[in-house]
Amino acid sequence: MKHITFWLSTAICVVVLFAASRLVTNDYFFFAGYVVLQYIVLATAWNILGGYTGYINFGTSGFFAIGAYSSVVLHKLWGPPIPVLIIVGGILAGAVGFGMGGLTLRLKGVFFAIGTLALAIVVQTFITNWDFVGGSRGVYIIRPPTAPLLGSYIHYLFLIMLVLAGIAVAVARSIEQSTLGYGLAAIRDDEQAAEAAGVPTLKLKLVSTTLSGALMGMAGAPLPYYVTYLDPASGFNLAYAVNAIAMPLVGGTTSWVGPVLGAIFLGTIQEVTRVTISSSLNLLFVGVLLVLFVVIAPNGLIGLYQPRRRRQDEPQRRPQAAL
Amino acid sequence: MYWDLFLNAIASGILLGGFYAAVTVGLAIAFGMLDVGNLAHPAFVILGSFCCYIFNQRWGVDPILAALVMTPFFFLLGAAIYQIYYLSFERRGEEGLRGLAFFFGLLFITEVGLILGFGVDYRFVEAPYIGPTLHLGGIDLALRTLTPFTISLVMVAGLQLFLSKTYTGRAILAVSQDSLALRLMSVRPYRVKLIAFGISIATAALAGAFLIIIQPVEPSIGRDYIGRVFAIVVLGGMGSFPGMMLAAMLLGVAESLTATFYGPSWSPAVAFGLLLLTLAVRPAGILGRRA
Repeated sequence: MKHITFWLSTAICVVVLFAASRLVTNDYFFFAGYVVLQYIVLATAWNILGGYTGYINFGTSGFFAIGAYSSVVLHKLWGPPIPVLIIVGGILAGAVGFGMGGLTLRLKGVFFAIGTLALAIVVQTFITNWDFVGGSRGVYIIRPPTAPLLGSYIHYLFLIMLVLAGIAVAVARSIEQSTLGYGLAAIRDDEQAAEAAGVPTLKLKLVSTTLSGALMGMAGAPLPYYVTYLDPASGFNLAYAVNAIAMPLVGGTTSWVGPVLGAIFLGTIQEVTRVTISSSLNLLFVGVLLVLFVVIAPNGLIGLYQPRRRRQDEPQRRPQAAL
Repeated sequence: MYWDLFLNAIASGILLGGFYAAVTVGLAIAFGMLDVGNLAHPAFVILGSFCCYIFNQRWGVDPILAALVMTPFFFLLGAAIYQIYYLSFERRGEEGLRGLAFFFGLLFITEVGLILGFGVDYRFVEAPYIGPTLHLGGIDLALRTLTPFTISLVMVAGLQLFLSKTYTGRAILAVSQDSLALRLMSVRPYRVKLIAFGISIATAALAGAFLIIIQPVEPSIGRDYIGRVFAIVVLGGMGSFPGMMLAAMLLGVAESLTATFYGPSWSPAVAFGLLLLTLAVRPAGILGRRA
């Protein structure tokens, strides 16, 4: 499928899904749907770096919160419409992602992963000590009671996240099927060999970290309007990081389908258990499924449906590739 | 007055550093020597804290004694985890991405499991050495940090002796130096690593006792230690115990000074900032240790 065809069909999907959602009368559906869609964006964004390039980012919550807090700042200063917030959040988180790409020069494997975790905590400490955005007390955001055209504000947020998810998936698919994607795959399989074969590894890695970070920031930008009360503990919640890793790994990391499947699967399970059982238990599910899948089904859900023959044809991963 | 404050901050930083060494020594073995990036190590420390808490509250057992009783069980737990890790990742050569995700999942399961079991309240233990403070000149040494500091030094020294003097200990060092050469000499690194990883988790039981002696514990504070322990291991030169002690003291003093002069809300950034700095400035040589 050509890129343009895929973008068009994603756009059609978004429109159809939104039209279908107009038939739902229960507002809870939109609150839950927003969360699942937000996870599709986060998981897809994580997979651009983690799945395609092979660099593990534990700092998803940091990027997500950068987007959320940039919205808080803008809201207090001027109060622009959400699409503007998303763009600003994306630019800021993308800039931090670019910086993180610089880390990849020196850090591989475990060291990179821990560096990203450190990055998230450093950002969190600064936000916690920054009184303008509420510090550790948190901040209240009063959202307008109604949105233009749609009426209900949560419907508006849902539409925004749906569009964002469509964009994220289309971007991921475009990367996957382009020279950029093949370059990233080369880095993932063996960075030294890629470098020796003339792949501009640093440039590609910078593109990958920047895009991944920017998408995470964009997913976070509408958060203050969704939760209406934001504090560092919830904005930087480790659950975002765990979910962003678990969803692609459960779904499958090699294609754009994986994170989407994983996000829908895990996101729905979590929403259902949150409502029916308890809100701590839903996180336990994520942890258990993550461990089970990496141990038992290393290629995720999409790996389960792949014919055996194709799996064997895949080139053997080099043991040192990831380190 | 200012000077006194400064000296006290240094002293309590050194004591804190001794405790950090106890938390880190397990990871120095797992990550520094065996190349197993056990992100979940701090979670096992918290698990140790809660075991001590149960022993202390139910039967009034001294937390350190309780931890000593727990060590064999933690050893078995560690061995079991390594067994899974080996079969699922190391043997397939997939320890990078999936192995890390595995430990990240374990960290999360332990934390959420403890929250489900005990809630998010802060728990503490009772022991005779928790209240009093030793006054030496102008310096105050709280016994609740001095005791863990002393025992931690003994533990690290003991482990150092074990590694350099005993047959098993030397085997562990050999695995850490060149696991491929060992295989060529028809030694199975697997069994040695199993024992070493067991020891690594066993130290977490003691570190957990120290933690709950020093401060009240709730399940999610383990996260604060991920940055600290990895910073110390990396800064200390990946598996060298003297280097690790030095790095732990350095971090302890840096955090204590920050907390005294700028406020405790900045101290998490110290450890992670130091870690980022170390990772960024340290030449790539440490990464290519095996290559």
